[in-house]
Amino acid sequence: MAAGHHRLYLPGDTPVHRLPPEAKLAAAVAFAIAVVATPRTALWAFAAHAALLAAVAAIARVPPGFLLRRMAIEIPFVAFALALPFIGLGERVQVGVLSLSAEGLWAAWNILAKATLGVAASILLAATTEPHRILHGARRLRIPSLLVQIAMFMLRYLDVILGEMRRMRIARESRGFTARDLRAAPVLARSVGALFIRSYERGERVHLAMLSRGFTGTLPVLDDRPAPPAAWVAALSPAVAAAVVAALARVVA
Amino acid sequence: MGDAAAERETTAAEPSLRVRDLAYAYPDGTQALFGVNLTIERGERVALLGPNGAGKTTLVMHLNGILTPGHGEVVVAGLPVRKDTLREVRRRVGLVFQDPDDQLFMPTVREDVAFGPANMGVRGEELERRVRHALERVGMLDAIDRPPHHLSFGQRRRVAVATVLAMEPEILVLDEPSSNLDPASRRELAEILRGLDVTVLMVTHDLPYALELCERSLILSGGVIVADGPTREILADAELLAAHRLELPFGFTVPEAAPAPDLHAR
Amino acid sequence: MHVPDGFFTASVSIAAGAVAAGGVGVCLRGARRELDDRTAPMAGLVAAFVFAAQMLNFPVAAGTSGHLLGGALAAVLAGPYTAVLAMTVVLLIQALLFADGGLTALGVNIVLMGIVTAAVGWAVFRLVVRLLPRGRPAVVAGSFAGALVSVPASALVFTLLFWIGGTAPIEVGTVAAAMGGVHVLIGIGEAVITALTVSSVLAVRPDLVYGARHLATPLVLRGADGTTRTAEPAAPQAAPARPRRLAPFGLAALAVSLLLAGVVSFYASGDPDGLERVAADHGFDAAEREHDLAGSPLADYGVAGVANERLSVGLAGIIGVGVTVAVGGAVCYAARRRTKDETGTAEAPDRARA
Repeated sequence: MAAGHHRLYLPGDTPVHRLPPEAKLAAAVAFAIAVVATPRTALWAFAAHAALLAAVAAIARVPPGFLLRRMAIEIPFVAFALALPFIGLGERVQVGVLSLSAEGLWAAWNILAKATLGVAASILLAATTEPHRILHGARRLRIPSLLVQIAMFMLRYLDVILGEMRRMRIARESRGFTARDLRAAPVLARSVGALFIRSYERGERVHLAMLSRGFTGTLPVLDDRPAPPAAWVAALSPAVAAAVVAALARVVA
Repeated sequence: MGDAAAERETTAAEPSLRVRDLAYAYPDGTQALFGVNLTIERGERVALLGPNGAGKTTLVMHLNGILTPGHGEVVVAGLPVRKDTLREVRRRVGLVFQDPDDQLFMPTVREDVAFGPANMGVRGEELERRVRHALERVGMLDAIDRPPHHLSFGQRRRVAVATVLAMEPEILVLDEPSSNLDPASRRELAEILRGLDVTVLMVTHDLPYALELCERSLILSGGVIVADGPTREILADAELLAAHRLELPFGFTVPEAAPAPDLHAR
Repeated sequence: MHVPDGFFTASVSIAAGAVAAGGVGVCLRGARRELDDRTAPMAGLVAAFVFAAQMLNFPVAAGTSGHLLGGALAAVLAGPYTAVLAMTVVLLIQALLFADGGLTALGVNIVLMGIVTAAVGWAVFRLVVRLLPRGRPAVVAGSFAGALVSVPASALVFTLLFWIGGTAPIEVGTVAAAMGGVHVLIGIGEAVITALTVSSVLAVRPDLVYGARHLATPLVLRGADGTTRTAEPAAPQAAPARPRRLAPFGLAALAVSLLLAGVVSFYASGDPDGLERVAADHGFDAAEREHDLAGSPLADYGVAGVANERLSVGLAGIIGVGVTVAVGGAVCYAARRRTKDETGTAEAPDRARA
């Protein structure tokens, strides 16, 4: 999980970039729900979902390589999914020289297809929306504003804290310390402890700075213009299409 | 209308800041301030000098009510600092902290500069105007939509000043404004500060900076004001400086014949 | 560790989402009560800290390294409410901004890595601290135990969710064994790092460790005649709020458990689950051994004597939760009573700064 996080935002000025963030966020979630609700045997439906995403990626001018490289985050579950045909229960089928579980094959396909489509949708959302705008969008979708505020502070100070962690590592290594095995734990833990203290103290200073500029408990909301209906229609169209596909697939199956 | 004009007149005549007999002890019992007295008139630029641990930052935190004195009072442009006046006090006293990262806590520069006036109830076009005006005064208007962590340290310092200017304060209080700035940024900041028509109180170790920008200096040492006078005289008094752990930088001598800094230079 | 879309069925994802929303809601109120207008910046900075700490590589042996999860650590350092909020925000940001974790699996991920780790870590921490003699070593031991249990607990809940609604045809026993073994090991690593970290913070800024607030030295008051006494500990929010704090949390947890057990199981398919179906298809269900408690009134997930199958399953679930809560509650109550007697009187001498 803690494999490095890539900055997913790809600056651009496409119609997708210009859509209001709350609409895009809602669309991404709705699309993911449609994908998850699609019965796994409807292979054509998954092809349709992929085509929808490809269309959005094309309009947003997100290169396929960008998408594929960042889907590497999925890898642990890919491994799990690939193991299923081998360790799965139930009747076996012969595939070439291998005897695989049929149920396992279907389950592996199910997980792989849905997880991949889900990740791709998330990547497209993040690639076309600046991080803080995604949080603004979450707030407009009625996610509790205190939670969103906490997320905004986390986002703002993440780089600062990571920078402090990096500097501590450089300081350690400059004094000849290399972490090779468990005996390094006390030294590393001391760094983690120091990081907590610095983070906490900074939190207190930020609070004082907020008070000094008149903060009385609720962050002022500055930009609450509702998104125009046309924007919602545009943003939700791939999600609606996916929902239709999923519904058809369920009916047919 | 007549009342408001009268009110403005009285406050215009009031000193920007008056601190009377201020004493304070930390929660663990250590006393930090032992009766501070100072008065700063409107339009002055004053430097607050002193050794580390003298209580300069502690004093500064009393000016906008973050700390409450154990004894004495702080009056900002005629308004005493009390629990019920905090909101207006925090508009009048623009406190710029030493670490700009603590002060730029919103996702973009625009939102940071708007935070202060928005808390005062300013909205819409007036808010936009204030934000742009504040950023113009510090020369950072083109950074308005950028996240703070994409800016250099000097740029963040300037934006931090803008966040406070947007509240149209009576007095600008800066804690070590020139620390960690490269020479060019130092100069840029000095130009900006010189161009503002607001009262300035600057806590600093940077004696040449104090001389360059502030015609008057105070020395806070041992929790009281031990010196109050023209910066030039104070810096020329080597004994006084030495007694309070202040030193001029190597090779720096107070220029004798330089003209007095122009209070209203633009 | 982040569950992607499609791994769990829709009903499990939705139910987990409801539990997550409820738990986070309770913690939002709790944190605001404790921190007031400091909540957002403090919790945000703790979240940034957790994220950074999770990225640290802790070498275990040649080549392999582990990572901190941080739920128990955050709970001991910043308190359970703030910890849950910080972990939740980390997961939210990971899902929304870094595409790490499925959007439909957010509920599951928040429950597993946000709520369970912090809540279990904190509960075990408090239990150990109350049972051990007062002092910093107890706090460190408690954080070790809390972290140690939090990881397998999370794995256990994962297995439970997988059993109710995993989309893969593997025997639950296999999953449990695989998850359990690895996660006990991970738990040990987590416990070591957590304990060492708490210990190092205690050494420098003990006042910042939420779990060690009870160790703060009260102020000494000196009278005019030279007599001294210790001041009442100034615990403005802590004291009166404590009995109330647990109640909404407990009630919410109870309500949610009942919801899961009673209602969701209502909708659990009456069809045989994957394993049973496979067994039935191939005729080896006859080889099933009867479980020891097969004859009990709750055997086979039904309440004997209640005809409607769904209702009976739901009822069984509710009864099961009720029994668990009663037994668990009795254990906690017993532990609490004992330590309350121990710390009843304030003794000045044993308050020496460690």
